[in-house]
Amino acid sequence: MSVDLKTVKRVAHLARIAVSEDDAQRMTGELNAILGFVEQLNEVDVSGVEPMTSVTPMEMKKRVDAVTDGNKAADIVANAPATDENFFLVPKVVE
Amino acid sequence: MTDLTRLTIAEAREKLRGKEITASELTEAYVSAIEQANPTFNAYVATTPDKARDMAKASDTRLARGEGGALEGIPLGIKDLFATEGVHTQACSHVLDGFEPRYESTVTANLWADGAVMLGKLNMDEFAMGSSNETSYYGPVVNPWRRSRVQTTVKPTFHDGGSGFVQPGGVEESRSYDNMQLVPGGSSGGSAAAVSAFLCAGATATDTGGSIRQPAAFTGTVGIKPTYGRVSRWGTVAFASSLDQAGPIARDVRDAAILLKSMASVDAKDTTSVDLPVPDYEAAIGKSVKGMKIGIPREYRVDGMPDDIEALWQKGIAWLKDAGAEIVDISLPHTKYALPAYYIVAPAEASSNLARYDGVRYGLRVPGKDIIEMYENTRAAGFGREVKRRIMIGTYVLSAGYYDAYYLQAQKVRTLIKRDFEQAFAAGVDVILTPATPSAAFGIADQDMAADPVKMYLNDIFTVTVNMAGLPGIAVPAGLDGHGLPLGLQLIGRPFDEETLFQTANVIEQAAGRFQPEKWW
Repeated sequence: MSVDLKTVKRVAHLARIAVSEDDAQRMTGELNAILGFVEQLNEVDVSGVEPMTSVTPMEMKKRVDAVTDGNKAADIVANAPATDENFFLVPKVVE
Repeated sequence: MTDLTRLTIAEAREKLRGKEITASELTEAYVSAIEQANPTFNAYVATTPDKARDMAKASDTRLARGEGGALEGIPLGIKDLFATEGVHTQACSHVLDGFEPRYESTVTANLWADGAVMLGKLNMDEFAMGSSNETSYYGPVVNPWRRSRVQTTVKPTFHDGGSGFVQPGGVEESRSYDNMQLVPGGSSGGSAAAVSAFLCAGATATDTGGSIRQPAAFTGTVGIKPTYGRVSRWGTVAFASSLDQAGPIARDVRDAAILLKSMASVDAKDTTSVDLPVPDYEAAIGKSVKGMKIGIPREYRVDGMPDDIEALWQKGIAWLKDAGAEIVDISLPHTKYALPAYYIVAPAEASSNLARYDGVRYGLRVPGKDIIEMYENTRAAGFGREVKRRIMIGTYVLSAGYYDAYYLQAQKVRTLIKRDFEQAFAAGVDVILTPATPSAAFGIADQDMAADPVKMYLNDIFTVTVNMAGLPGIAVPAGLDGHGLPLGLQLIGRPFDEETLFQTANVIEQAAGRFQPEKWW
């Protein structure tokens, strides 16, 4: 399978990355090179093979349903580019 | 006085405990070495000399009371991927511009609890995506090793007829060094270069497809990627969560064992951290490999592999045989599919992990006319080319209609890759010996690599299988190539059997000797 310019632009939008026409052109070539490389996986007979979900067989750890953390609003917003009184500020999303 | 930066961790530990040196003296030696040499290597992207001095002073107090921890007073460099409270943590990406976490990663917290001293944050490929450290926002790192040629000069015998003085002739050998700058490998390029150039006693690193072992091989250092789940991932910037694992890069096998013991832990904050006590890895060093079964996988003999690599592999086989190990040929038939499967699984996980960089909660924000455009502009300006490429691949293979063809197929192939190893171990193989990399270090801005992303990806051909199967792997320096550059061998072990890796790697190290670059900086 290979991708065309239109698909690259659609994927870039899904990934929330702005691309110029030149970027999209270049990426089309690069992505097709990588997709060409991974194509060989189709040779492998995987009938009856389970997809890997966990590399080490282990039981999922569960923790006690208890509050162990909190009251760190100032720490949480400390690195944000725009804040107001411990809220993150974003451009207006509702008209 | 001898140069304190030349001491291994084990040697420094001895001298600190014996009060021959102080932690402050040791730290000061590294601080001035970094000040002098970092402009040459670009190994550190942030240094913390004041913090280092404070930590060393506290270590000296504890040492004086006889309360020193396992790494008391040992100065370390930390890969920029580990969250360090109040200190530069950006995964060498522009998107995390100015990020200083309010928390400490489990790995670094473990090191500080054992008394280690932080020298600063080390350069790396952006978000650990790369094999040459060239994708870093902070620019490439220079390998302390340089290519060299041996020149032989034949000198005739000199007779001075008058005085009867005779100077005997002979053959003189000298090395002339090439000035071309080489990469230290990646993604942990800063870690490997700093350890190799004596700018830290040891370093933390991470490995998703070979990012500890390949740079270790390129710089003549020792690097181990532990079994998945051995080291907590909490507070380590995520790349591909099912593959990422932290480990040390060190000057020798013993130092790597000392560091891993402190880095590893059972951590309730990481659900994939395994509930197994951390063994005393150092105790494995010096043990014989007599009677051990060493597997040699035939699929690791790849087309176009340089003769130097093949010769090194044969030397490794001979050393282990001489030490009493039994050599057996094995087959890992799905080896060639590990790299293509990796280039589906890793980007898919990365595209999901990196969705959090949205210009809202931390780091860079580039405005736009609405929130979507703000996201798109921020991510376009914040991520470098390689990171964008991988996010795009990941987004594509996970998108509607393609999931089964790509991601599901890759995860099935991954099951088969792991099964290959399980079958070899079930047949009695204790450890598998392979080359660590398909070549020695290459030049910065190598044209072939720059033109074709797949060519760069091939650097990980021998290491990536180990991540796909979640196994432990160690790279140990084993020789020099025709240009005088270090080459490494890789040992792959059973899950959670890092001890056998240290034991076997030490036998190789004893036979091969240690490799250090000639100081030119």
